Amino acid sequence: MNTSRRILLKGAATASLVAAAVAAGLLTPARVLAASVWPTRAFDADTVGAAMSELFQTNEAADSGAIVIRAPDIAENGAVVPITIETDMARVQSITIIAEGNPAPLSAKFDLGPNVRPYVSTRIKMGQTSNIIAVVQADGRVYSARKEVKVTVGGCDA
Amino acid sequence: MSTIRVRAKAKDGLVTVKCLIRHPMETGQRTDITTGQLVPAHYIQELQCDLEGTRVLTAAWGPSVSQNPYLSFILSGAAPGDTLTISWTDNKGQSDSVEAVID
Repeated sequence: MNTSRRILLKGAATASLVAAAVAAGLLTPARVLAASVWPTRAFDADTVGAAMSELFQTNEAADSGAIVIRAPDIAENGAVVPITIETDMARVQSITIIAEGNPAPLSAKFDLGPNVRPYVSTRIKMGQTSNIIAVVQADGRVYSARKEVKVTVGGCDA
Repeated sequence: MSTIRVRAKAKDGLVTVKCLIRHPMETGQRTDITTGQLVPAHYIQELQCDLEGTRVLTAAWGPSVSQNPYLSFILSGAAPGDTLTISWTDNKGQSDSVEAVID
């Protein structure tokens, strides 16, 4: 058998092994690409400081007036609180949403590529009235802002 | 049927992407009222958006993102006709992916 046929057959066998493993649920697409790791300890953290330390290796963030948090002053339904975070800072690498009063405060982190505007809008659950803390990583530094959202019906066990 | 609905519209050089994903996003803290048992945690952990095959956004989510999650973001380096791929994986190893063309 010539060399190129052997290489082709070896490649085909490997590809079908991977495909079989993916189909069997042994390899999720995320693990196959091995590009990113979900920050388990940050999502398990039960304080804002611990979540920040896990994500950014610091629990100190500079207060920034350039971060805009749009969220209702009073959320009628704590299970679905719309949150929009926007800033005009340059070179934003990530935007993180933390609900200070939740049992596990870290809600979501968005890593943004260079051609993505520093803007995210989503909906989160809030268990009780508390601050929403937006953390923005820009140019290697960490900034934050906060806004209180009152919650009339808590959304964590609804 | 995909769990992901995407709309991507270009205007003035920016593309606004809006996604709505069908997913229970169970926290693991809720009790099923019929069985009296805790419903196990089942939530999307990672969501990715690729533009023409290049990663533009990666989201790490916890169970406090709302059920049937909504996400909107804005791209500056995209144009009508470009292909967006949105994919998610959850804590049970399930996943879904959809392609959409920018309007």
